[in-house]
Amino acid sequence: MTNNLVEPSWQTSELSPQSKPHRRLNWIPIVLIGIAILFLALVLYIPAANVFYQAFHNGWGPFLKNLSEPYFQDAVRVTLVLAAIAVPINTIFGLCTAWAVANKRFPGRTLLLSIVDLPFAISPVVAGLMIMLVYGRQGWFGEWLIERDIRIVFALPAMVLATAFVSMPFVAREVIPVLEEEGTDQEEAAYTLGANPWQTFWRVTVPSIRWGLLYGVLLTNARAMGEFGAVAVVSGNIAGLTQSLPLFVEEAYKNYDTEAAYSAAVLLALLAIVTLVLKEILEHKTGGHTRKTH
Amino acid sequence: MLGYLTLMLFMPTAAMFTKSLTIGPAEFWRIATSPIALSTYDVTFTTSLIAALIDGLFGVLIAWVLVRYTFPLKRFIDASIDLPFALPTAVAGLTLATVYSENGWIGSLFAPFGIKIAFTRLGVGIAMMFISLPFVVRTVQPVLMQMERETEEAAWSLGASSWQTFWRVLLPPLFPAILTGVALGFSRAVGEFGSTVIISSNTPFRDLIAPVLIFQRLEQYDYAGATVISMVLIMISLVMLLVINFIQEWGKQYD
Repeated sequence: MTNNLVEPSWQTSELSPQSKPHRRLNWIPIVLIGIAILFLALVLYIPAANVFYQAFHNGWGPFLKNLSEPYFQDAVRVTLVLAAIAVPINTIFGLCTAWAVANKRFPGRTLLLSIVDLPFAISPVVAGLMIMLVYGRQGWFGEWLIERDIRIVFALPAMVLATAFVSMPFVAREVIPVLEEEGTDQEEAAYTLGANPWQTFWRVTVPSIRWGLLYGVLLTNARAMGEFGAVAVVSGNIAGLTQSLPLFVEEAYKNYDTEAAYSAAVLLALLAIVTLVLKEILEHKTGGHTRKTH
Repeated sequence: MLGYLTLMLFMPTAAMFTKSLTIGPAEFWRIATSPIALSTYDVTFTTSLIAALIDGLFGVLIAWVLVRYTFPLKRFIDASIDLPFALPTAVAGLTLATVYSENGWIGSLFAPFGIKIAFTRLGVGIAMMFISLPFVVRTVQPVLMQMERETEEAAWSLGASSWQTFWRVLLPPLFPAILTGVALGFSRAVGEFGSTVIISSNTPFRDLIAPVLIFQRLEQYDYAGATVISMVLIMISLVMLLVINFIQEWGKQYD
């Protein structure tokens, strides 16, 4: 990529000698950069800075006090549990999907790819509703579950399902392009040298996709910890029991406890910043080809 | 893998479709076209569309600036574009509602002119712009990076003005990417709940959006109502997916 401020205006100056190439050469980029940064400031940076300002403008005292509240700590615990279950499951699933889809052509392949992407196309609230319709009181298994006294909705299991649902596609999406780029030559070489599929997978495939895989795991985790809509629908939002950190943020805000809301929001914002920094590092490791839309 | 897909995706989807079938077409139609439902479609889709188009404009500008120019903090700005992907939507809604409220940092600048942003449709639009922005930038950026500058330089040297070069040389190959980005951003904005529920006052017929209506129906244990509105949203999402695939196929002519 060439990073020149210089527009190729020297070429026009040959055609029209009276034009002043230097003036155009400097102003257009500055104006465009200015507009871009102004827009980003209004939409991204000022709101992001505000999270930290609101949390700390009365010093560290209120922040630390809020951190020690039991409901807050329960919310952190719930969020960690959700991520600790949903992320590994989706990593394994994503790897399997990527392995099945990359470098292979079979009928229904494109369909499978679209299906895996489906959770991104469905509104989180709708995802939550779907889970309610399977496991809720009026749902498919509702009566069966009630008879056996198994709690899924308004409890952790449904929250895990909702979290896993919305964060499902990330790993597959990141790993498929890497696998496709790598091709199957090395795996085939390993096979011919007598390695079994398991050895080939761990010693050849995993090392070659490790950065893409990590990147996918990172995005899965960010989404799992930050999900609001789907979890809000199925959790019942019971403070101390089924309230995750994003739900805590919203409830505190609704109850005019802005300080508590921002104390929790800062933690989630830090999670986002760590995610972005790690992502930047991973992008350099992979040569930037993971850069695409989600 | 298929077992997991069945458990996680097929079963819930099937549950929703069978639920919508038990409602019956007449009742389905009545709920889907009730005045409150119609008003939420209007608020959701027009606001999402406007937000996605504004993001389309500024997203292309940002992608252009990031690909073509060098300036201080460029790497930081480039990385920060993904903030809406990484920041939980509840946090986005919380801070946007504060900043754009009447006494917030930005909202207070507009308040003297009688413009309220937070807790109105404008606020919902800002939240939608926030969450959809990376879709446009990250779709356009790679295409812009791959474009060869020789073509533009050729246009310039053949005497085309900046304006002509932009419209005739740059824009046509970028157009499918821009449309894809806008469509992705739009479909994300339509389904958005976390940030929009916080920044909206959720007043029916004013700034109540469809996902919030679904949520409210569920809170009232009105599963039929929630299912019908969800089905409408899903239909729109599927149409959008088809449109995006179509645009991408069409865009391949420039590869």
